[in-house]
Amino acid sequence: MIALDSLTYAHSQGNLIFEDYSWKVDQGDAWAVLGPSGCGKTTLLYLLAGLRFPGRGQIFVDGQPLSRPRPHTGLILQDYGLLPWATVRQNAELGLRIRSFYGPDGKHSPEDFRPDVEVDPWLERLGLVPVADKYPGQISGGQRQRTAIARTLALKPDLLLMDEPFSSLDAPTRESLQNLTLELKAEEHLTLVIVTHAIEEAAVLGGKILLLQQPPNRQTIVIENPGVQEPDFRNSKEYFDQCRELRSMLEETQPS
Amino acid sequence: MKRRDLLLAILALIVAWQIAAWVVRRPILPPPLEVAAAFITGLQGDLVGHFLVSLWRVIASTALAIAVAAPAGLILGQSRRLNNIFSPVIYLVYPIPKVVFVPIVLLFFGLGDWPKIVIIFLILFFQILVLVRDQAAGLRPELVQSVRSLGAGRRALFRFVYLPASLPAILTALRQSVGTAVAVLYVAELYATQRGLGYYIYLNGSTLFNYPAMYAGIVAMSILGLSLYFTVDWMERRVTPWQNKY
Repeated sequence: MIALDSLTYAHSQGNLIFEDYSWKVDQGDAWAVLGPSGCGKTTLLYLLAGLRFPGRGQIFVDGQPLSRPRPHTGLILQDYGLLPWATVRQNAELGLRIRSFYGPDGKHSPEDFRPDVEVDPWLERLGLVPVADKYPGQISGGQRQRTAIARTLALKPDLLLMDEPFSSLDAPTRESLQNLTLELKAEEHLTLVIVTHAIEEAAVLGGKILLLQQPPNRQTIVIENPGVQEPDFRNSKEYFDQCRELRSMLEETQPS
Repeated sequence: MKRRDLLLAILALIVAWQIAAWVVRRPILPPPLEVAAAFITGLQGDLVGHFLVSLWRVIASTALAIAVAAPAGLILGQSRRLNNIFSPVIYLVYPIPKVVFVPIVLLFFGLGDWPKIVIIFLILFFQILVLVRDQAAGLRPELVQSVRSLGAGRRALFRFVYLPASLPAILTALRQSVGTAVAVLYVAELYATQRGLGYYIYLNGSTLFNYPAMYAGIVAMSILGLSLYFTVDWMERRVTPWQNKY
């Protein structure tokens, strides 16, 4: 689904984030990208979203080299990226309206896009119907993030990228949205890449975990986390062991 | 604000005026009733015509200012390079009270409506330009990126993000500057015209010494300013409902 091929990327200030870095994501995988602040997690996601471009090397998504945001990739950011002047329903419809605005040009919107897609089933699925006419400023953080999810999933993505999507939510809301993400991933046959700084979140969402280090990242460190498939993994010994291992690996990456 | 409070405030002002008229007891401060009579007489005469001329000048200049300043503000807000070029000029010109340009504008544009429209345009232009620019520049990059990730290119970003984001800035600019605009209109209408409320007030006060009629003109000008202010206020509540609901 995703292939990073000897990628090199530096910030405009010259800080090298990735050097000759390669990585591969299979279709239907759930990946968590974990690492300390400033390690390049968000940069990696922006690269996958086609919002930034590598200095050297290439990114392939679904076999195609990436040169702009891809219509079948959905991106959800930490601060939800909702329009404050639009209601929940209007925000959920935004992606569809943008596609209708351009028409099925294959660039901004897929060639097979039909303008009759509706967001109502998504509002219902995500429990947003009671707040559909409210503005983002009037609803809770969890509802805002659900709105962002509805907006993205209404576009029928096959790849979902999430940048610390639940980090500003309280623990119960975070947990319920993590479960929801896993359910939706299974229902929609999504490939998922979620960036997080929380070890517990990586362990509960990532079937595979990509560990980033203090930049520049050269070595691809992957931790298998097969237990994530198990029911009630969150309360199992395996989960706590995984968290402990991740914590010690993360500590090793920190400069002393 | 409640309508009752507003009516009470108007009543209080009229009472204060009446008391002042009793105390002063001079023709230069006629009591409200006398002015009301002059106002009604004026309405049957040429006051309405002067009012409409002034109203037209304000509306035309406002429309012109929005049409020019809002797109310019959006462009500057989106392009850091252009903003770096223009912002020193704006920084210098923005705080200058535009009323000092009245003589220059009169010299260049001569008689008629144009000089008045241009001078109000100048006031509103900078106000709208600066507020729209700051609003567009202040949009969080995450918001723009997440809308781009939905497939939006430059045109869709303009339509779905920058344009709606600039609406409250335009209305705030209008609310802040509509009072100044009417004040400057008064000054501009003192010169080189025989139409407009400024002329009406000046003619009755300084040439005809008809003080009640002069006050009727002042009341009409106040109504003009107030109704513009209320219109902007009303539009702000209608067009930007989310701002009241945070």
